[in-house]
Amino acid sequence: MAHDKSPVAGNGLFDRRFFLKAGVAGSATLMSAAASPAERPAWMRAPGAPMSPSGEPSEHEAHVQRRPIGSHPGTTGTGAARTPLELLDGVITPSRLHFERHHSGIPAIDPDEHRLVIHGLVDRPLSFSLEALSRYQHVSRIQFLECTGNSGASIAPEPVQASCGAIHGLVSASEWGGVPLSVLLQEAGIKASGKWIIAAGADAAAMSRSVPVEKALDDAIVALYQNGERLRPSNGYPMRLFLPGWEGNMSVKWLRTLKVVDQPAMTKDETSKYSDLQADGVARLFTFPIGVKSVITSPSPGLTMGEAGIYQVSGIAWSGAGRIRRVEVSADGGKSWADAALDEHIMSKCLTRFRSAWRWDGSPAVILSRATDEAGNVQPTRDAVLEGRANGAFYHYNGIQAWRVGADGEISNVYA
Amino acid sequence: MFTRNAVFMVIAASCLLATGSIVADDNPRLGEAVSSAEIARMDFTVLPNGDGLPGGSGTAAAGALVYQQNCLACHGTAGKDGPNDSLVGGIGSLVTEQPQKTVGSYWPYATTLFDYVRRAMPYQAPGSLSDDDVYAVTAYILYLNDIVGEDDRLDAETLPEVRMPNRENFVWAYAPD
Ligand code: HEC
Repeated sequence: MAHDKSPVAGNGLFDRRFFLKAGVAGSATLMSAAASPAERPAWMRAPGAPMSPSGEPSEHEAHVQRRPIGSHPGTTGTGAARTPLELLDGVITPSRLHFERHHSGIPAIDPDEHRLVIHGLVDRPLSFSLEALSRYQHVSRIQFLECTGNSGASIAPEPVQASCGAIHGLVSASEWGGVPLSVLLQEAGIKASGKWIIAAGADAAAMSRSVPVEKALDDAIVALYQNGERLRPSNGYPMRLFLPGWEGNMSVKWLRTLKVVDQPAMTKDETSKYSDLQADGVARLFTFPIGVKSVITSPSPGLTMGEAGIYQVSGIAWSGAGRIRRVEVSADGGKSWADAALDEHIMSKCLTRFRSAWRWDGSPAVILSRATDEAGNVQPTRDAVLEGRANGAFYHYNGIQAWRVGADGEISNVYA
Repeated sequence: MFTRNAVFMVIAASCLLATGSIVADDNPRLGEAVSSAEIARMDFTVLPNGDGLPGGSGTAAAGALVYQQNCLACHGTAGKDGPNDSLVGGIGSLVTEQPQKTVGSYWPYATTLFDYVRRAMPYQAPGSLSDDDVYAVTAYILYLNDIVGEDDRLDAETLPEVRMPNRENFVWAYAPD
């Protein structure tokens, strides 16, 4: 029974099986509650609302929205809108809340007119309509997408006081369905000299990135579906490239052309933007796979704690190298750690949900999470990530996040 | 046994002939042939070696006007101090406490500038400049960064030859097989 168990790590963290064992006592309480005299709340005294063609969240959840939304000066569609991670559970991001990052707004594409053209170093340049692509054998996988600039606020000299989503919400996960890119490339026939593919979108920026042929033939897809429905316009309708586990910018939305070439194009976004300048003046190009990472989504800033007692510490972990093997949680600022329980669907290159039981004694505490992936990579500390970086170099940040729980129950961002 | 194998091999060989290459049987092969003219209309890619650069040319002298009319409002007078990215300056700043990344101080290839401006700028009307104007405004931004002279003519031959100051300071994190 729950009260027999004692914490396994400092400051009240329980074993990862805590909630499982507590289950029996919980259901007994539920049964006795049902035996109380019948009473009807207002919504049980008359039939409810009719069916509708498209569902909306409860009006009480209206605050669960992408935020903040920021665009470059003088523009409305060149910037980012972030997933409110602290208000969500599980691993699938509702499509309406998937993060957005665009470079020239969201194009209004007529799907009948749109074509995907594969050309360059191929035997047969080919053009595909949406209708044609819909006839191919599809695959679908539940996987994360993360913007290269996610968590970039964490390089600030003083911790930025903002919600978990505002800092880390440029990551989301969906079921992505579509045609394996390898099938289309095989049909076009890549010439032996073809080593890179320049993917470009049908947005006003004709967004372009260079993708190694190796990745394109491995697990890349031309995605037509997100969470079971056709892509949303903000996620590339009617078709996008999806490169599992790699930096989000490469998964070019509104995919229009794929040009097979013998060298990278060194596009604006792969040189000027998503490259990593080091303190010695040397910059690293093409950091493609997302590093192993985790963050506690609850408790987190803005989610005030109530009275002292047992709380669920919950969050997400992910890695571009494959599956999450382990997540550890600390409630004493990193002095001691306990393994968190992982929700059972642990998928490759997907968000994995972790949970720990924590008895908060009401006094100030610093909580952290640390992920390890199946390749053995361990999430680094903030200091380790920043080591050797140039000042202001914020891309590809995957450091451990610490939250401070105050005696007043307020949660703040701290560097531990 | 021998006969059955031989028959199988003949069938396998004729399948290969029929499809012209090795493609899985369940590939519906619905890609349609596309003409080089159609491809040319959709393809903006310029490679560092100059592949993809169109005809036409321009100089910084001509590009100053293109810049004033199409870019200055967002990128500032002489490519600085506008509401959007600075395109000029910062050369030598990358190893300081305040690195300033611009076309001049950071970008490894001049071809990237032509590629990007032709596909995406001016922001509110991409595709509105002629190729001559894109060459000219490219030359103007490079001129403001002291990388080319005011009357240097940039075209498909000369643009790939422009050496960017920061060209040697990039390494690849990705190692192809
Ligand atoms: C209405 C404002 C606006 C105008 C006009 C405009 N730009 Fe831009 N420019 C932007 C914005 C916004 C971005 C950032 C786009 C992004 O985030 O991908 C940008 C980015 C750029 C960049 C990339 C900068 C970097 O360091 O990565 C270059 C180069 C550029 N513009 C050149 C031009 C040129 C040349 C013109 C004129 C032909 C022009 N721009 C006109 C708004 C503008």
